[in-house]
Amino acid sequence: MGGPYAGAVTEPALQVAGLEKRYAGRAVVDDLTFRARTATVLALLGPNGAGKTTTVEICEGFRTADSGEVRVLGLPPKDPSLRARVGVMPQTGGAYPGLRAGEMLRLVASFAATPLDPAELLERLGLDRVAGTAYRRLSGGQQQRLSLALAVVGRPELVFLDEPTAGLDPQARHATWELIEALRRDGVSVVLTTHLLEEAERLADDVVIVDAGRVVAAGSVRELTSTGAAGQLRFAGPPALDLAALLLELPAGCTATESPPGQYVITGAVDPQLLASVTAWCAGRGALARDLRVETRSLEDVFLDLTGRELRS
Amino acid sequence: MTAWPPGSLTARPGAAPWRRMLATQTAAELKLVLRNGEQVLLSLIIPLGLLVLLVTVPFIRVDGPRADFFVPGVLALAIMSTAFTGQAIGVGFERQYGVLKRLGATPLPRAVLLSAKTLAVLAVEVLQVALLCLTGLLLGWEPTGSVLAVAALVVLGTAAFSGLGLLLGGTLRGLTTLAAANLVWFVLLVLGGVLFPLSAFGGAEPVLSLLPTAALSTGLREVLSAGEAPWREVVALTGWAVASLAAASRAFRWE
Repeated sequence: MGGPYAGAVTEPALQVAGLEKRYAGRAVVDDLTFRARTATVLALLGPNGAGKTTTVEICEGFRTADSGEVRVLGLPPKDPSLRARVGVMPQTGGAYPGLRAGEMLRLVASFAATPLDPAELLERLGLDRVAGTAYRRLSGGQQQRLSLALAVVGRPELVFLDEPTAGLDPQARHATWELIEALRRDGVSVVLTTHLLEEAERLADDVVIVDAGRVVAAGSVRELTSTGAAGQLRFAGPPALDLAALLLELPAGCTATESPPGQYVITGAVDPQLLASVTAWCAGRGALARDLRVETRSLEDVFLDLTGRELRS
Repeated sequence: MTAWPPGSLTARPGAAPWRRMLATQTAAELKLVLRNGEQVLLSLIIPLGLLVLLVTVPFIRVDGPRADFFVPGVLALAIMSTAFTGQAIGVGFERQYGVLKRLGATPLPRAVLLSAKTLAVLAVEVLQVALLCLTGLLLGWEPTGSVLAVAALVVLGTAAFSGLGLLLGGTLRGLTTLAAANLVWFVLLVLGGVLFPLSAFGGAEPVLSLLPTAALSTGLREVLSAGEAPWREVVALTGWAVASLAAASRAFRWE
């Protein structure tokens, strides 16, 4: 090995293949397969009870899979050497109620060879004023941020964050997002679970949508939102434009319709290139495209299409 | 935003030397025990109060000097409070709050965690033994016997009680552990040769004398009052230690 990360460039940070976990005969995780690339953010997105936490806890080595294979940084999840290389933020708890926030962070920092500076970490997460407050007296949001700090203080290569922003106010959520973005920038791999579409859309390079323990869709946010009847481009113009000629200028798979006269709808993967092609084509005919409106499918549309529109508990 | 300068979060994984982990974890465990009012009450205040009361107020009849009977008994009680009751309750809640799970995801090895707990228990016991012995001496106690034999009994008793405490706290929920550990503490206070001589229980004495608290209190009494070698008690405590630690290591759940 040419250094601790020599293999990391080619090897995924996390590989999960055919993962299965049953509780009392019921499959909570059912043939789950995905991988997280190094130095990227992967979001496991799904409704409550989809099996996200169980999956992450198997990857963290807390639970044992019934079948399937998991490789964390190329190693089995329970390999002791991973404990210094992987940071974990569980969904709840995880600190001595009687220790102060600063004491807890310094304690976990003392387990690492070259930890981050605890005082600096507390300050950047807005916890410096409660460093002397016992963990049990912190608000839920403060406990969450301390838990995040505990996950990263040892300078890990890979971080698992289970619902990192659940119950946070907007400022705290942004502080968390900034930290996650900075981790990725500095080459740290992040695997997070969330049921917040906004969070996945903003943070994740790759999204794995999980429902009832199965992967229902996976890919980059852009891939997921641009598949199928992904987007629509609407505009108004002079009636009876030659749409067959327009379609020749556009990527295959696009459709163009006029209804009512003078109102046009183009469907397809709406990206800046498509928009430019349509407006250039109109300009070439001396036609002004008015009321131009782009309607892309949000991750929310994709998510709801795939997991059903009904709320489930 | 410049909150996180580039490179400030670059991975530099690695575990600290185990000595440093042991030192910081032991310090944390000690801090937690000494900050916990109920634990200080159970480990220090109640044994001290009981000792003064039992030696000075003659409401329980014993043969010979009162201090000779009650100082060893209260020492056994104090060790049970710290190694068994305190540890069981502490571990029960640490599991419930996900602390042990979280520590399991750090580079801290389990062996270092358990060693830190043991060192913290021993440190508290040194404090307890010093305070109780000093109080006993002030009340006219005149001990004899070998310090080495006392130390051996204390270490074996600690091992036995720790095993039982980890077994209880490692398998039940926090509040259930709290209730069970306090109940056991009270039963062993009454039946363990702390308050009453075991002879007060008549035919049950041979069985009761095998209880860990009874073995520890009787053994300490034999050494400190009569200067005898407590072989029978050493064997009983060793049996408890081996059985309870083996059971705890099999049944212990980290969350």
